[in-house]
Amino acid sequence: MGLTGNEALAYAAKQSSVDVVAAYPITPQTVMVELFSEYVANGEVHTNFVCVESEHSALSACVGSSLTGARVLTATSSQGLALMHEIMYIASGLRCPIVMGVANRALSAPINIHGDQSDMMGSRDCGWVQIYCENAQESYDWTLQSFKIAEDPAVLLPVTVNLDGFILTHAMEGVEALTDEEAKVYLPARKVDCRLDPSRPATVGALCLPDYYFEFKKQQDEAMKHAPPVLLKVAREYSKLTGREYGILKEFETKDAEAIVVCLGSTAGTVRSVAKNLRAKGKKVGLLKLWLYRPFPAKEVLDAIAGAKVVVVFDRALSPGAQYGALCEDVISAMYGSKNKPIVTDVIYGLGGRDITPSEIASVYEEALAAAKTGVVKEQVKFVGVRE
Amino acid sequence: MSKDRAKPGWRSLPIGGTVVEAGSSIKYKTGDWRAFRPVVDEKKCTNCLICWIYCPDGSIRRKEKHVEIDYDFCKGCGICATECPVKAISMMEETKQ
Repeated sequence: MGLTGNEALAYAAKQSSVDVVAAYPITPQTVMVELFSEYVANGEVHTNFVCVESEHSALSACVGSSLTGARVLTATSSQGLALMHEIMYIASGLRCPIVMGVANRALSAPINIHGDQSDMMGSRDCGWVQIYCENAQESYDWTLQSFKIAEDPAVLLPVTVNLDGFILTHAMEGVEALTDEEAKVYLPARKVDCRLDPSRPATVGALCLPDYYFEFKKQQDEAMKHAPPVLLKVAREYSKLTGREYGILKEFETKDAEAIVVCLGSTAGTVRSVAKNLRAKGKKVGLLKLWLYRPFPAKEVLDAIAGAKVVVVFDRALSPGAQYGALCEDVISAMYGSKNKPIVTDVIYGLGGRDITPSEIASVYEEALAAAKTGVVKEQVKFVGVRE
Repeated sequence: MSKDRAKPGWRSLPIGGTVVEAGSSIKYKTGDWRAFRPVVDEKKCTNCLICWIYCPDGSIRRKEKHVEIDYDFCKGCGICATECPVKAISMMEETKQ
């Protein structure tokens, strides 16, 4: 069927036996929840749809619902995610397995509604598992899988399914979906491990002073460590059902590559196409696309890039004052202590929805290949596509 | 904080800071937060229970002829002293006890 990224996420949610949806509209996420509200109005799902007055309230309602044992979905973007920021820590701290679609979009100022990943990168330490999609199909597939990852008893953490604003949220593509019956078998209703239950009185969200707070943060970090193996198990099951293989990351021609680009989200599609063309010309280039960004799969990234001479990390978000973009810093720190240390450079691109073109990507590869030969890097951090 | 070393670690604590025991706040005595302590003049107290109604912490105990303060939990906010119609409760600085 033909679906946009927004519609694909909503369609997957429709098949996910979601008990509660609480959300507030914001471009370019609006359609995710708008379409889901139609499913509710048409009686196609039996979800409790909570209309709220802000994203702060939306996520707060999700936290409360999740603690009763409900399966919960929300979605937002940009300023909406920023407004949720406070509650994002509460959702992960209280171990609520909420799934949230994020239409990645620039943050103000200046005001801009277009796609980049500044919003999620600004919330990267909120304790949420973060998955980035390349296309509408992945948006559908990861939504279904995310509930399983989030609700696994070893994890019990919220998950964001990230879609590049407009590029994915509004572009229609062919999407293969499961039948409702298949989806129900793959993803049965959430097993109730509920902590709000009148027959078992308990306090949730209690004050934790210096004698206890630290322990709960350590628990969260441990839960994060459980996410990658659970993700792999969930992806294996999904692959058996659909034939579509998912995992922590996806490599393209990395084995003998001299120059590897590392990126997140929809840009991977463009980079892969450029890499294919360059490969046809005999250039040894490759691509490493991360599906999972948090927890950061350091070992897997290192294994994938260790043979390269130059690694170029693409950051679609700026960390003003930092040495590199967030993804690049993660890649570099993954290499600390490793024997193989390729040259790593950073590309900041696409802020505020600016397109990155295949020719720009090809130049990045060419420069990387030149650096592989000479060992000399012209610019450690390069802003690609910005006017001087 | 050395006594904290004996408290349970992250492996054994219920996740997410959930307190699985009901009514456990009674174990957490907050009386030492107090800077001023309410002192009841038993002779003046008419046992009208206005302080008992107003106390936000449930720290007024009802006795047969007068009220009594539960100093384990009273945080010394002084509402009881302000509301007492016969001025039977006065606030004393803790250090002057």
